[in-house]
Amino acid sequence: MRERTFIVLLLLALMVLAACNMLWGSLSIPAGSVLQILLGNSEGDNPAWKFILIESRLPQMLTALLSGAALSTSGLMLQTLFRNPLAGPSILGIDAGANLGVALVMLLLGGTVTLGSLSLSGYLLVIAAAMIGALAIMLLLLLLSHSLQSKTMLLITGVVISYVTGSIISLLNFSATEEGVHNYIIWGMGTFGNVSLNHLPLYAFLIAAGLMGAMLLVKPLDALLLGERYAVNLGVNTHHTRNGLLLCTGLLTATTTAFCGPVSFLGLAVPHMARMYLRTSRHLVLLPGTMLMGACLTLVCNLLSTQLRPGSLLPINVITPLIGAPVILYVILRHEREGQL
Amino acid sequence: MITLQNLSTGYGSHVVMQGINAELRQGELVSLLGPNGVGKSTLLRTLSAFQPALAGDIRIDGRPLSQLSIRERSRLIGVVLTERTTVQHMTVRSMVGMGRTPYTGFWGGLDEEDRRVVDDAMQKTGIAHLQHRHINTLSDGERQKVMIAKAVAQETPIILLDEPTAFLDYPSKVDMMRMLLSLAHGMQKVIFLSTHDVEMALQLSDRVWLMEDGHLTTGTPRQLAQDGSITRFVCREGVSFDTQSLTIQLQVNA
Repeated sequence: MRERTFIVLLLLALMVLAACNMLWGSLSIPAGSVLQILLGNSEGDNPAWKFILIESRLPQMLTALLSGAALSTSGLMLQTLFRNPLAGPSILGIDAGANLGVALVMLLLGGTVTLGSLSLSGYLLVIAAAMIGALAIMLLLLLLSHSLQSKTMLLITGVVISYVTGSIISLLNFSATEEGVHNYIIWGMGTFGNVSLNHLPLYAFLIAAGLMGAMLLVKPLDALLLGERYAVNLGVNTHHTRNGLLLCTGLLTATTTAFCGPVSFLGLAVPHMARMYLRTSRHLVLLPGTMLMGACLTLVCNLLSTQLRPGSLLPINVITPLIGAPVILYVILRHEREGQL
Repeated sequence: MITLQNLSTGYGSHVVMQGINAELRQGELVSLLGPNGVGKSTLLRTLSAFQPALAGDIRIDGRPLSQLSIRERSRLIGVVLTERTTVQHMTVRSMVGMGRTPYTGFWGGLDEEDRRVVDDAMQKTGIAHLQHRHINTLSDGERQKVMIAKAVAQETPIILLDEPTAFLDYPSKVDMMRMLLSLAHGMQKVIFLSTHDVEMALQLSDRVWLMEDGHLTTGTPRQLAQDGSITRFVCREGVSFDTQSLTIQLQVNA
C-alpha cells in the first residue's frame, strides 16, 4: 500500500515538475501564453516564444527526465550486481569510459564540430564511441568483481580508472585544436540542452530500450541480492543476467553521457533515496520507483540550472553534486555505524 | 538418493581429494567432519554444482548432476552458505519467499500456494514470530535459521549446509542441529552439513563422514567410534575420546 501511494505521489510530482520546467526557463514567458502555445492555439502568439518552447524547453525537459531515469536505473542495477551500496556509473568509472570514447571522437576525428551541429551519423558515432568506452570499463569491472565486493577496493578501482582515462583525455586535449578542446570542455560540464527536437526520438528510443531491458531483469536482480551462489542455486542463470545487466547499464550510461555529458552523482544517490522511501528490496517496485525519482530529481536540477542565474544556463554538474554528495555521505556514515564498510 | 562414485574434487589441476565413494540417503542427517583445509567446503561446493567435479560421478536418483540444467538443480538441491547475507530493507518473510524463485513466474511474484509454503517453512524452522523483522536486524543464529527456512521453502529433497553452526553460541548450536535433525526425519530430506562441533555431530547425526588427508570414512557415529576413526581424529596429548558416551575428555595438568 505504502509502495503504491509513493509511486502515485512520484508520478504526480513528475507531472508538476514537467509543467514547471515548461513554465520557467532562462527567458520569462507568461504562463497563459505557454499554455496557449502548447495547446496549439496560434492566435496572437509570439513566434520567438513558440520557438523557445517547442524547440528548446520541451526537448530539454524531456531529455532531463529521460536522463534522470536512465542514470538512476544504471546505479540501482550496478549496486545490486556488485552488491555494493557505493556502486554507480560515475564512481565506478563507467562514465569515464564513455567520456574517453567521446573524447576520442570529438578531439581526434572532428575537432571543429560541436555536438549540436552534428548530423545523425555523427551523433551515432559519438554514441557508439561512448558505448564502447562504457562497455570496456564494465567488462574490466566484471573481471575484477570478486574483489569489488569490498567497498574500499571498489572506490580505489573507480578512482584509478578515472585517473587513467583522465590522463589519456589530457593527452588528446594536448594535441587537439583549440576549438575542439573548447567544445569538449563545454560538453564535459553537462547539460540537458544539447538534444534537439530532431534527435529526441532517437534519444528517447535508446533510453526506453535500456529501461525496458532493466525491467525484464527484475526477477534475477532480486535473486542477485543474496549473492551469486544463492542466485545460481535458486535457478538463475547468472551469466545471462550479468550480460543483460552489462548491456542495459552500458546502453543507458553511454547514451546519457554521449548526449548530456558526464552527469555525476545522480546514479549513485537516487537508488538510495528510493530505497529509503519505499523500504523494500524488491526490484519490481524499486526499479520504477528509482526511475521516477531520478526523473523528478533531474527536472529539479534542470529547473535550478535555468533559475539560479537568470538569463543563463548553468552546467548541470554544478548542481548534481549538491544533491548527490549528502546522500553519499549519509550512506557511508550509516554503513560505518552498522560495521559494514 | 545421492551417490558419489570415484569422485575427485579440486580446482583446475589442483586435486583436493580423489577416489571418493559414498552415498547420502533420504531421511538422514549426515555430518561432514575433518580438520581445516582438508576439503570439506570444496566437496560441498562440488555437490552444489558451484564447481565441476574433476573426475568421477555424482548422481542424484541415478541422474548425473553435471547433466542437470540450472533450473532442474534448483528444484533438487537447496544450499545454506557460510557467508553472512546482508540485504537492506528485506524482511524475513521476503527472504524465505526467495526460496520460491524456482517456481515463480516471470516477475517473481508469490501466489497463494507459495505463501502457504513460506508460512510452513517459517513454522518448521521456528522463525514465524520474526517474519516482519528486517534481516539486517537479526542475530547470527536467527539469520542462519532464516536461510534454512529459505532452503525449506525451496522444497528440494536435498539441503546442503556449509558450517551452519559456526559463529553460534552453544545453546543455538544445539537448537540448530535438533531442528535440522527433525527436518531430515520429518520431511524425509537428505540433509548434509559440514561442522567442527564433533561431539554434537556424533550425538545428533544419523551418519558421519570423516575426512582426513586423502581418505574418507563413513558410517554411523557408533561405527566410527568403535573402529577408532574418531579417536585417531580428535586425540592428542591430554585429549581422549570416550567411545561409549561419544564425548571428548580433556585432562588438565595443573
